[in-house]
This record gives sequence, C-alpha cells and structure tokens, in this order.
Amino acid sequence: MNWEGLAFQALDGLASASGLFFVAAGLSLIFGVTRIINIAHGSLYMLGTYIAVTLVATIGGPIGFWGGIVASAIIVGAIGAIIEVLLLRRIYSAPELFQLLATFALLLVINDATLWLWGPEDLLGPRAPGWRGAIEVLGRQLPSYDAFLMAVAPIVLGVLYLVFARTRFGRLVRAATEDREMLGALGVNQSVLFTAVFALGALLAGLGGALQIAREPANLGMDLTVITDAFVVVVIGGMGSIVGSYVAAVLIAEVKALCIGLGLVTLGGFSMNFSKLTLVAEFLVMAVVLIARPQGLFGRAQAAVRGTGEPDAPIRPASWPLVIFGGAVLVVLIFLPFLARSSPYTLVLGIDVLIAVLFATSLHFIMGPGGMHSFGHAAYFGLGAYGTALAVKWLAAPMGIALAAAPVVAALGALLFGWFAVRLSGVYLAMLTLAFAQIVWSVVFQWQDFTGGSNGVLGIWPSAPFDRLSAFYLLTLVPVVAGILLLRRVLFAPLGYAMRAGRDSPLRAEAIGIHVKRVHWIAFAIAGTVCGVAGGIFAFAKGSISPETISIGRSIDGLVMVLLGGIQTLTGPIVGASVFAVLQDFVMQQTEYWHALLGGIILVLVLAFPSGLTGGLVRLAARWRSS
Amino acid sequence: MRAHAIAVLAGTLSVSAAMPASAQQTIKIGELNSYKSQPAFLEPYKKGWEMALEEINAAGGVLGKKLEIVSRDDGANPGDAVRVADELATGDGLNILCGTFLSNVGLAVTEFAGKKKVFFLAAEPLTDKITWANGNRYTFRLRPSTYMQVAMLLPDALTAKKKRWALVYPNFEYGQSAAAAFKDMMKARQPDVEFVTEQASPLGKIDAGAVAQAIDDAKPDAIFSALFGGDLTKFVREGGTRGTFKDRVVVDLLGGEPEYLDPLKDEAPAGWIVTGYPWNEVNTPENKAFVAAYQKRYNDYPRVGSIVGYLTIKSLAAGIAKAGSTDTDKLVDAFGGLKVDGPFGPFIYRASDHQATIGAFVGKLALKDGHGTMVDFKYVDGASVLPSDAEVKKLRPAAAD
Repeated sequence: MNWEGLAFQALDGLASASGLFFVAAGLSLIFGVTRIINIAHGSLYMLGTYIAVTLVATIGGPIGFWGGIVASAIIVGAIGAIIEVLLLRRIYSAPELFQLLATFALLLVINDATLWLWGPEDLLGPRAPGWRGAIEVLGRQLPSYDAFLMAVAPIVLGVLYLVFARTRFGRLVRAATEDREMLGALGVNQSVLFTAVFALGALLAGLGGALQIAREPANLGMDLTVITDAFVVVVIGGMGSIVGSYVAAVLIAEVKALCIGLGLVTLGGFSMNFSKLTLVAEFLVMAVVLIARPQGLFGRAQAAVRGTGEPDAPIRPASWPLVIFGGAVLVVLIFLPFLARSSPYTLVLGIDVLIAVLFATSLHFIMGPGGMHSFGHAAYFGLGAYGTALAVKWLAAPMGIALAAAPVVAALGALLFGWFAVRLSGVYLAMLTLAFAQIVWSVVFQWQDFTGGSNGVLGIWPSAPFDRLSAFYLLTLVPVVAGILLLRRVLFAPLGYAMRAGRDSPLRAEAIGIHVKRVHWIAFAIAGTVCGVAGGIFAFAKGSISPETISIGRSIDGLVMVLLGGIQTLTGPIVGASVFAVLQDFVMQQTEYWHALLGGIILVLVLAFPSGLTGGLVRLAARWRSS
Repeated sequence: MRAHAIAVLAGTLSVSAAMPASAQQTIKIGELNSYKSQPAFLEPYKKGWEMALEEINAAGGVLGKKLEIVSRDDGANPGDAVRVADELATGDGLNILCGTFLSNVGLAVTEFAGKKKVFFLAAEPLTDKITWANGNRYTFRLRPSTYMQVAMLLPDALTAKKKRWALVYPNFEYGQSAAAAFKDMMKARQPDVEFVTEQASPLGKIDAGAVAQAIDDAKPDAIFSALFGGDLTKFVREGGTRGTFKDRVVVDLLGGEPEYLDPLKDEAPAGWIVTGYPWNEVNTPENKAFVAAYQKRYNDYPRVGSIVGYLTIKSLAAGIAKAGSTDTDKLVDAFGGLKVDGPFGPFIYRASDHQATIGAFVGKLALKDGHGTMVDFKYVDGASVLPSDAEVKKLRPAAAD
C-alpha cells in the first residue's frame, strides 16, 4: 500500500464524482419537487452523451466541443420539458409510484430510439481541445480534463445553491419540496413550476452526459448503469438536497477509488482482492448510511404528500361474482394441459406466468396493504431459487426437500433484511431493500466455489413423474394457488388489518396498541417466504439458476407487474403479472425493436388506466352500474 | 384470468400458424441471441448468418429443401434464454438450435439441450465449460474458447520475457477464466513470473482512470487485459493519458476484433499484442471472397461477428448434408469430425470435445490511415492450442459421450 498512490487515487476520484453529481442533482431535484422517481433519468444522461458526440463531430474544433456540450445539455433539457408536458402531467393524480411505470416505459422507448438513430456501435468522442495532456501531481500524471471536471462540479453546485437560495424560482422550488399543495393554494402555477424543474433536472443530466464524451464512449448500456448509481447517490445524500448529492457522489467515488487503489491485499496467509468490491461498494455504503441515518446524510424527513387522487377504498373480501369467476378460472387452469394438448408451449408460458403471478402477489402484499415499497424483492426470489439449486447441487436433495428448502432460505433472508428495512419508510425503505438485494447479488456472484459465480448452478431438473411438462405444470399450480389464497387469508386476519392500519395511520395504530414495526416485519417475512417458493419452482422449471434472478431488472419487473395491475385491488398483481408476462413474451417475437414496442404499450396502458388495469376495470364497472 | 385465456389462444394460434418442422418444403433452424444487449457484436452477426442463408438457398438449399431460420432475442439472461429455447424446441418443434453470446447464457442453453435432447451449436460463448466441464452429447461450439485464445497469445507473452505482470479483466466468467488460464499457463512455462496486481472490474462499468492508475502504481513490466467493448475503450483512453502503457508490453485478448478496435479510431494503442481479425489485410482467397461478397451485400465491412454468424449457419448446413437428415442423433454423429470451409480456411469439429478448431489471428496493433489495424499477424489454428483427445476425455463428464 503506497500512501502517495492512495492519495492520488483519492484526488482523481473527484473527477468521477462530478459525473455522478450532475445526474444525481437532477434526480434529487425532480424527486424533491414532483415526487416522481424518474427511472428514465439515466436515459437523459445517455441522450446527452450521444447528442454531444454528434454535435461535436459535426461542428468540429474547440467551438464545436464546448458549444456542442452546452447545446446538448439545452436540447436534453427541452426533451425533459416535452416529456413532462406530454406524459407526466397527465398522471400526477395517480397513486404514488405509478409514475415510475411511465418513466420505466420511457426508458425502454428511449433506448430503442437511440439504437435506431445512432446504431449499435460505441461512439467515442474526441478529447477536449486544450485539455488533452496531463498535470504532474504527486509524481503521477493527472489528466487535465479530470482537473477540469473536478472544478466544474463545485462551480455548478455553487450556482445551483445560489439559484435556490436567492432567486424567486429557487424559493418556489424549496417551497414545493416542502408542501406543494399549499403552494398551489397560494396561487403559484404548479404546472409551469413542475415543467421548469423537470427541464432543469434533465438539463443537468444532459450536461453530465455531455461532459463525459472525452472520457467514455457513448453506448447503449449507459442508461441502466447511470440510473442505479444516481439513485444510490441521491439516497445517501438525502432526497431533495443538492449539497447532499455532491457529498454523496464524492463519498462513493472515493470508496470505489480506494477499493481499486488497494487492489490485491495479502495479510497473513489471507489475500483479498479489493477491486472486486467495486461490484457492490456503493450499495454497502448506502446500506450503512441508511441504517445509521435513515434520511440520508443531508436529508430531512419526507413531507407527507396530501394525495391529489381519490382515496383508496378499504379492501373488502371478494364478492360472490368474483369468487365464482375465480373458481371458473381455476378450473380452466387445472384443465389447461388437456385444453392445450396441441400447443405444449402454452404450458411452458403458463408456468412462467404462474411464477410471475406468485412473485407479484407477494410483492403486492407488502406494497399495497403494507405500504412498504420494496425495490429489492428479487432478493428473496433468488434466495429461494438458490436454496433449491444448492440443495440439489451440494446435498443431492430429492426434489421435494429441495423445494422445501426454498421458503426456508428466503424466510431467513427476509427476516434479516426486513428487520432493518421496516425501520425506514417511503423511498428510503425502497432503496435499502435495493441495497440488500444488490449485496445478496454480489455475494452470490462472487462466491464462485459455492454458488457457481456468474454461471450459476446447472442441472436442476425435476425428477419423475414431474419431468413431464403437464405434471410439472400441475405441480406449479398447487403452491401458486395456495400462496395466493394464503396471502389473501392473512390480509383478512388480524395481522392483515393491523398491517393496513399501520399503513394508513401509524400514530393511531400505535395508540391502540398495534406494534406497527413488528407487524410490518412479520408481513415482510411472510412476503419474502412466499416469494422464495416462486423462486424454488423457477429453478426446477428452467433447469439452471444464475445471479440474474437477483438482479435489479428482476425487481423492477416485479414492480412493473404490480403497478400495471393496480396497487389498490388484490387481483391487481395477478392481472398485472399475467398481462406483463404474456405481453413480454409476445412482443419479443414481433420485432427487433421490441423494447420500444413494450414501452409504447405500457405507456398507452398507463395513460388509459391511471390506476392500473384492475383499477380501470373497477371504475368501468362502477360507471356501468351507476348508468 | 382473461390473460390466461389469451395465453391459450395465443399459444394455439401461434402453433396453428407455424408449420411443423418436418414440413416438406423447408428445413427450420432455431436461433437465439442477445440482440438487444450486445448490438455491436450481434448486428454484424445477424448480417453474417443472413448472408450464409441466402448463399445456401441460392445454391439449392440443403438436402433439396430450403433452409429457414427462426430467430429470437434471448433476453440476455439464462432464465429467458431457456424459455425462448423451450419455445423454439417445444412450441415450434425445432430440434436444431444455435446462437447465444454470453457465457452464462450459453451454459444454460447447453444444459437445456442436453436434457431435452435437441441439437445446439453454441456460436459465440467462450467459456471452456461448454465443451469441457459441462459438455454434453448434443452441444457443439464454434468460437475458440477462452483457453484456446489465451494459449494463442502465450508464445508472444513468453518471448517478451517480462517478470512482473499486471492483470485486468471484467469480473465475470469470461474474464475470470481468461485471467486464471493466463496465470496457470505462464507459471507453467515461465516459473519466475510474478503477478503484481489484479484488477477485476464490473462488466461495462470499469472506473478506467482509477484502474489504470492502480496498475501503473504497481509498476509491472507487462499487462494482460481481457477487457472488451466500452471497458476497453475507456481503459485505452485513460491509460494513454496517464502513461500507463509507456515502455510496457500489453497483451489484450480480443483487442484486434474490428467491433472493439474501430471505436478507438486514431487512439488505437500501437504495439499491443492481440487476437483479432484484420479483415482487410488477410489476403487468402477465401477471406477476400468473403469480404467482397459481404461488402457487396451490405455496403459495410465484416466484423468478427459476421464471421461467427456466417460460419454458424454454414456449419449447420454442412452437418445436415453430411448426416443426410435432420434427425438429432444422426446430426450429432455427423458433426463429430465434420469439416467446414470458411473465410479463415477449413476447420473441423472435434469428435472428442465438440469444439471447432477454427483459430484466430494473433498480431500487433498499429495505426494506419487514422485507425487501428493489425500488423505482423499470423493465423493460429485452433487445433494447435487444444489439449489432446485423451486429456479432454478426462475434462468432460463421463455421461457426455
């Protein structure tokens, strides 16, 4: 360990921090004012990079470089304004988190649009004219462009700080972050304010992306890479705090630089390669920060948003028509192997849909009635799947025991992580669950000898008589139906009512003696266990398991399923999961640009059904009944 | 529940619309790949197999029937890939599959093919496990594996006679096994070698400045890199600015492949020892014919992906012709020892481990006309860097053959 080397790495880390800061600042600003979790923010960063590369190449020379960067930022800001006006404005009254679905669809569409406009190859921009060389610091070469970036970030931070502290616009933004309904009541035009804020956030993201062209090539994977890092930075810094974003960006960049700088360290006979920690370093820091300071470093408690939509109706037990309908569907499902004799693929798709339905229902259990939004639910799915797979691999367990292992492992994980998670609320809880999911993912990914690393575990095939497709399908049907009915039963048991009370009014619930945190913890554990069952079945259905089952993409898919179906009703996740699974399978076969097609369809559904599919159906039914 | 009815309906419709594989007119092959997540490599790949398809059908097809390819996106993760493979095998009734890119996806589909007894030609995944530790009777693989490519680079790494080496690789199966293979082979042939640092970066997310600096701080004499794609581009730029590569021998796996070399343009690092495909410099008649045909068809030059796509379909056509039928077992038997002619010359699929003996070009990078190309290159035949049949038998599972 060379102290000079580490000091240099620490200094250089500030340059990476600046890119993160720009994106995170925009995201934090947007969330603070509009309460929208903008997953498409990374796409705006990516657009900034691509547009800058094109402009710089077209105009050329130093004017082309700097002008191109500024122009790119402005263009992306304009795109942000257009998105806000055309899309997001229509769904502000939707339940919390629903806008996430719209921004997710937007991410898909922008990704394919970028592929169509710029092609699949990476596009490397030129080096900054006049800043190509390096400065000698501590006996090492510090690229001068890095020094430039190090300076730009605090300057922009200073400008933003002045804007928010001194200008009228800044005052309105700060007021909107605290209480936007009151601001509207005082006569401020909320729509214009929101558009302006969204445009500013997009401009910052575009600027961050444009500045990077001298350091990294524009590529199509940037949107997902950047958005996770940006979320982590925003959460660590505290939602709505620009200074917090800067400090958090610096912290994360320094931790990563330290891991890389330490490299391979040998103490005694034990050697550890710290550079491998870069897989998960930011999530570890986020987990630690959230456990120690639940609002992030500079954040304040989230101001409660007075909902602008209709209040949710209390969940009632199913009415007789619904029970009969459900029974009919169950009968069709049981006879599906017979009905679909001529197309065995229907059963394959059916198994995938059933697994998705169980996943979504268990997630909805804590999201809807529980009010705990979990961005890391795939962790329990993966823990269940790996529990089963490793039981088969290491213990040569027969199928029944391996399947039984799934909920056990998932339950252990859910109990452990749930204890920490329920201490937080709102988006911080969501991000902590995400951090835990990422930690599980990286442990599984790194632990080559035990879990098979990035390859996962192979050779998990169901034993006779379940190696026949129809038999396995019926085997899947049993725990899925049982799981759904169990969760429903719990919802109408005292635990379920206590959970809903804790969601609706924690103070009153505590006052009448409900231990809200404990109830939430138990509910979290139940949801995780049921999800683990889905994971176990998944392992046998596919014959192999790999760390992608624990990835962020899987968790986001689950969220999309729940939100698409509608968070207020109990049949919402079932409908949402079925539609999403079938839709995705169908769309993937249609066209090369299936991301855009899927995103477009989801956007249409979002605009047509602002309270989810079942919410829309319920509303239609109510209107039909009243007419 | 409406959705389930839709599923049945969709399933029934799709099957009634699709013709069964044993139709009189065409031979159908299923193809799946991560088109969405790896477009830089797989768009040329698709062009390659489409060109092969046209050539084969223009010459009358295979066994008197036209060849047809059903191509799907595999979602770039093993779960979706297995479902898509199942859809092709069970839903569309195809018993011949090919494709995949990432090593873990290729492994999952290999496993699926072995279990469901469908023929699978893995086109691009590089992990050794597909033909060795997890090999099975029904899976064959076209591309030279990680082991083979590292072995191809080894003679040049040894002639450099450098004692202190730094390693940098993407932290997943391909990178890990490339680094491990390099370390083992070097230690065996140059016992005094010292590995001063190892940097494992997340795939696609390398912190290039910090990594280049850390490598420089460890003061190696030489660097071995398994980075590719965006990671390589960032690493080259950052390392170049910081002088990481000055006076050091650099060996980079896959660095000479056009899809990874061309984005660097005039920053291509001269002097690096790489494997790749200098498409415009290889003057063999087979390569020149291929390049001319490709450029005429697409108005673009071929990449390594184009070769892989082209040869995948050419191999399958040759195999079906040799087997005289599309029956899975006959095809498996025909593929053992199958000889295929391609732009790199003829190669065979070994019966012992189902690995194709196609090789790669090894040479040095240089700048020409403002972009990178390979010089002093030679073609290394895959067969020369593969272990013998007897050694390979020990590496494969007993039930594989």
